Amino acid sequence: MQVIVNGERTEVAATNLRSLIDELDYDGTHVAVAVNAHVVPRARWTATNLETGDEIEIISPRQGG
Amino acid sequence: MVSFYGRESKSRLLIGTALYPSPAIMQDAIRASGAEIVTVSLRRESSGGRVGHAFWSLIRELGVTVLPNTAGCRSVQEAVTTAQLARELFDTPWIKLEVIGDDEILQPDVVGLVEAAAILFKDGFEVFPYCTEDLTVALRLRDIGCRVIMPWAAPIGSARGLVNRDALKLLRARLPEVTLVVDAGLGAPSHAAEALELGYDAVLLNTAVAKAADPVGMANAFRLAVEAGRLALKSGLMGPRDFASPSTPIVGTPFWHAVS
Repeated sequence: MQVIVNGERTEVAATNLRSLIDELDYDGTHVAVAVNAHVVPRARWTATNLETGDEIEIISPRQGG
Repeated sequence: MVSFYGRESKSRLLIGTALYPSPAIMQDAIRASGAEIVTVSLRRESSGGRVGHAFWSLIRELGVTVLPNTAGCRSVQEAVTTAQLARELFDTPWIKLEVIGDDEILQPDVVGLVEAAAILFKDGFEVFPYCTEDLTVALRLRDIGCRVIMPWAAPIGSARGLVNRDALKLLRARLPEVTLVVDAGLGAPSHAAEALELGYDAVLLNTAVAKAADPVGMANAFRLAVEAGRLALKSGLMGPRDFASPSTPIVGTPFWHAVS
């Protein structure tokens, strides 16, 4: 299935958000996720199914002013 | 003490975490500044990346309170979603709300700012809006619930100091109950002292410290300037006069009123 991760078309085997996080090697990192501009709390990752074309933002802390 | 939505801070200096020469210097500068609140941002993490994780570890070591920002957002929707991501990531209702309206001078889009702030308050956020010195915008922000308002002194990173001092004074006079923070445009410790002398509760800065030749020394200088400005305000500053007034007593001046 093709989804868009951080603006890039990405082919993944995962069908839910939890498995996508694992597949793309984000496991254990400090990240937050939005699917189609809606924030998905960590507790709902497994229950969040993905569909072709979903736009997923995976973000982490950075320096800021 | 100064209150930010009920969080009391002894320090009146808030500091950013960007642009330092190294992570170690960033940590040392933040410690030297005495700041209890630091700003952070959120950015896309690459697959397998650990960049954010490493940065977050450095911040946690400092034991400070984080104020995430929505830097770079150019629409209400982007800012609202970024704020929601920040709440999830940093586990805080605080958000430094930036909605940028112009790329050249990074001027806040104050119309979008007020709209986004209203949405976020309804969603349970405690908003720190980055705004211009415009009085009516600040009044709107107060009316929708902002107990902290952060007008710019000058464009971000410009080091120009308090360009519109009269308007900043007016904001202070008209919003006595709001925690007012001068955010952006400060270049020298004297600018920070001036803001505190005007009655501002605090200043927020980043570039002036991070890009100094010695960021740790400059962080110290800003800490002292903020303390000096606040102490001067509390001690009662004299007003300006049009003419001279001698400080040395006139009575007893040699040859004064010489006997004729």
